[in-house]
Amino acid sequence: MASHGRWGHREPWGLEALAMDQKGYRRGSFQSATSDEDMLEIAGASMDFSMADDDPPLDREMGGFSSYNGGGMNGTSTMMDFLEEPLPGVGTYEDFNTIDWVREKSRDRDRHREITNRSKESTWALLHSVSDAFSGWLLMLLIGLLAGSLAGLIDISAHWMTDLKEGVCLAGFWFNHEHCCWKSNTTFTDRDKCPEWKSWSQLILGHGEGAFAYILNYFMYVIWALMFSLLAVLLVKGFAPYACGSGIPEIKTILSGFIIRGYLGKWTLVIKTITLVLAVSSGLSLGKEGPLVHVACCCGNILCHLFTKYRKNEAKRREVLSAAAAAGVSVAFGAPIGGVLFSLEEVSYYFPLKTLWRSFFAALVAAFTLRSINPFGNSRLVLFYVEFHMPWHLLELVPFILLGIFGGLWGAFFIRSNIAWCRRRKTTRLGKYPVLEVFVVTAITAILAFPNEYTRMSTSELISELFNDCGILDSSQLCEYVNDFNSTKGDDLPDRAAGPGVYTAMWQLALALIMKVFITIFTFGMKVPSGLFIPSMAVGAIAGRLLGVAVEQLAFYHHDWAIFSGWCSQGADCITPGLYAMVGAAACLGGVTRMTVSLVVIMFELTGGLEYIVPLMAAAMTSKWVADAIGREGIYDAHIRLNGYPFLEAKEEFSHKTRAMDVMRPRKNDPPLTVITQDSMTVEDVETIVTKTTYSGYPVVVSRASQRLVGFVLRRDLIISIENARKKQDGIVSTSVICFTDYCPPLPPSSPSVLKLRSILDLSPFTVTDETPMEIVVDIFRKLGLRQCLVTHNGKLLGIITKKDVLKHIAQMANQDPNSILFN
Amino acid sequence: MKRRRRNTWVESHSLLFLCEGVRGAETSPSCFPGWAQTLIQQWLLYQGQAGSIQPWLHQNSEDVRCKCICPPYKDHSGHIYNKNVSQKDCDCLHVVEPMPVPGPDVEAYCLRCECKYEERSSVTIKVTIIIYLSILGLLLLYMVYLTLVEPILKRRLLGHSQLIQSDEDIGDHQPFANAHDVLARSRSRANVLNKVEYAQQRWKLQVQEQRKSVFDRHVVLS
Repeated sequence: MASHGRWGHREPWGLEALAMDQKGYRRGSFQSATSDEDMLEIAGASMDFSMADDDPPLDREMGGFSSYNGGGMNGTSTMMDFLEEPLPGVGTYEDFNTIDWVREKSRDRDRHREITNRSKESTWALLHSVSDAFSGWLLMLLIGLLAGSLAGLIDISAHWMTDLKEGVCLAGFWFNHEHCCWKSNTTFTDRDKCPEWKSWSQLILGHGEGAFAYILNYFMYVIWALMFSLLAVLLVKGFAPYACGSGIPEIKTILSGFIIRGYLGKWTLVIKTITLVLAVSSGLSLGKEGPLVHVACCCGNILCHLFTKYRKNEAKRREVLSAAAAAGVSVAFGAPIGGVLFSLEEVSYYFPLKTLWRSFFAALVAAFTLRSINPFGNSRLVLFYVEFHMPWHLLELVPFILLGIFGGLWGAFFIRSNIAWCRRRKTTRLGKYPVLEVFVVTAITAILAFPNEYTRMSTSELISELFNDCGILDSSQLCEYVNDFNSTKGDDLPDRAAGPGVYTAMWQLALALIMKVFITIFTFGMKVPSGLFIPSMAVGAIAGRLLGVAVEQLAFYHHDWAIFSGWCSQGADCITPGLYAMVGAAACLGGVTRMTVSLVVIMFELTGGLEYIVPLMAAAMTSKWVADAIGREGIYDAHIRLNGYPFLEAKEEFSHKTRAMDVMRPRKNDPPLTVITQDSMTVEDVETIVTKTTYSGYPVVVSRASQRLVGFVLRRDLIISIENARKKQDGIVSTSVICFTDYCPPLPPSSPSVLKLRSILDLSPFTVTDETPMEIVVDIFRKLGLRQCLVTHNGKLLGIITKKDVLKHIAQMANQDPNSILFN
Repeated sequence: MKRRRRNTWVESHSLLFLCEGVRGAETSPSCFPGWAQTLIQQWLLYQGQAGSIQPWLHQNSEDVRCKCICPPYKDHSGHIYNKNVSQKDCDCLHVVEPMPVPGPDVEAYCLRCECKYEERSSVTIKVTIIIYLSILGLLLLYMVYLTLVEPILKRRLLGHSQLIQSDEDIGDHQPFANAHDVLARSRSRANVLNKVEYAQQRWKLQVQEQRKSVFDRHVVLS
């Protein structure tokens, strides 16, 4: 039990110190950094809840809204044929609804208890209980295998298609550029040229030199890019609209208990996998990492159907999805531990220790699978794996912190402008033309990208090149230093003067930086699968490399300055520009996503150098501070707010002096709460209530006069049960009395038989008194994952607070003076 | 070269024999249509030329390499050596051939060279790309079918489709009976097609719904 579940998902970790820091800081910024823009944003979001959360269940269905997915309430339905108990459909949820964690978890405990009890009876039952206990791990194994294989498929295909924009391999069309030249002898200066690989101009014109060949290559590049992105957006639009975007905001919301049917389905999986490759290889400024998390979660959700335990229980399923998210990051970055921490820090809502171990296992299996596929041929899981072990000096922390500040500024700027653009897309006519939008953005990207060598290559390759430390073996432009080959020995290279190639590379990189900064704003959120990690990392890596080279040259030309004299004398190798690129990448990624622990671990797993943890931590923390000071939320939270998902943020403190009675429904002048009495209402009465109101559940009381609480019944369960009883049970007519008690009162013999519905009644609804402070109520909602909570006064039922009410209240509180709300 | 070619020829014919054996003598002489036969033959020939006849049965020996990059040294320019050796032989002394520098300098030269042993699986690459392309192709064909061909078919079979449509409408209003309904229907084998069509309709409705909420109403994912 001790390990079974704790909600504040940092506590199980022993990371209290960190968590405290963060919380303390959060609280500070919560009050200070609310601009007018934020207010509008939040108010808009809370309006959306009313549409999306509790209200809609069945009325929409009757309007033909999603007619395959609800209870037939209007009495037209026939042919209901339920044979077994409990009724199918009871205890399930509507689309766009919130699950009740408490109920789901208690159901799972009941099930578990029953299996344990039965296991003593027979060998078969014992086997069943063992397989039940084992099924979680088996599921993790399957998820790891599937996620790893899909990641391998995506990596290989994306690499190939990216190279297809430039040319084709004659030795086998399925080889990308590097594998095409696998065997052939290349020269030191032109190492990526080999006879088997033909660029399009070589293939069509027969030669690859000259202006016309360049124009032809340019043209082919743009055409391929346009074709790939068009295919991607058409497939997304045609088969699985849910496959667009990064998916992490939605997965976060789903893990917190929201239901979006079809979001993790088969078609989403297929289309997302296929179109992700297209989108990445079209050269758009996006990455595959975020969507890979979505893909892994789809795998998890689909595989859940194999096991009854997870198929039928939404809470258990979310535990699996948390682990699947870890597996997704594990294969995206080749960082299994980082994946687990990412799941813990960024996406998961409920993360018990058991899930931690399972995530660990799933991440391990996924990474192992991908490693055995070996998609890049470098025996690594990512393209931009680097390995260097240069020491760094304490003084270098200054440029690292500068990079952190840059990362924070970029993160805040990106979030603001991207959210503004996405809101524009959401509200104006722009959103009506998704295909055209993708077309135009791709065209602009491709046309701007081709002339610059550093934007023409894929972003992963760019990052890989920027992370790389220049040795004497490197031939790239970025490493064209003034070399003195004869004086050096082995790998030890002193700082050198930059050659003309480096200067050219510098301004090309500067242009690439400007382009990436702006084009990414318009790319993220388009209707193709698009991740954010890679573009942010690219921005940071470029900035870091620029700064690194600048510091390096400064140290080379001014090694007699006081700050350099102690550690960077002439002929010493003291500055590693690749390290600056890495720190910059971490800073920018941290600024955008506001991750800290998992980010540092991911970066450290990418590099394999323990000695760089301090620089990475310094940069990540600075960037988080700077970004938090400007805008409170990370990109995923901002998108959750923009879309108005009912997500109760676990990281923020609620610190207003309101009480439960200020939030509960009904308000002062509203009609009294709709209730059902336990043994005096007829079927007709209840049906009238259900049709006239749109609430998703009703409290059951002893009688209207006393208002003493008995329990809570969900609308959906009620409808299904009544419907079923009318069909199957004899003597149930409109005047039958519905009875929620154990022993129904004796009725006169002439009256129709009684409908007993005790089985669907929740006898332990959560209650608070009307004087309970809202901070406690918010905490209860957060930590227990409640869907609704009843409010009593002197033991009598007074009102109800739903998750929606809480969210609305928090939103209002964040913007306005609490005193004005009190008398609202 | 000649010998290998003959081998391939034999191979392709034995495959055809095998095919006949399975089908029995009284059926057509081979179980593939003519164009497929030529395709298979050509493919086998091609495989023979490429060096391996049964590519996925054993690891292709060309899939390992030891690549040594040697930077410029004195008056020798930089060079890249590429050789197919085992992992333990992957060092400068085994791979750099012929050694460009005289004996005393070999150590100094080799000290700067960086040798990397790399493995890949060309079969995995090939299979992956082909799987990917075929899925993509299928999806595109299906999309073309749904957007172009099906509306025409529907218009032609208007009466029939109306019948199905009304059938669907009833089915949709009683979602909880669906499972049982479908189960009952699937008992007769003749209705398998119906079931598939029903599932397809359901899926289409679902996608339509998703499209509405993503592209029209912008409720989710914007």
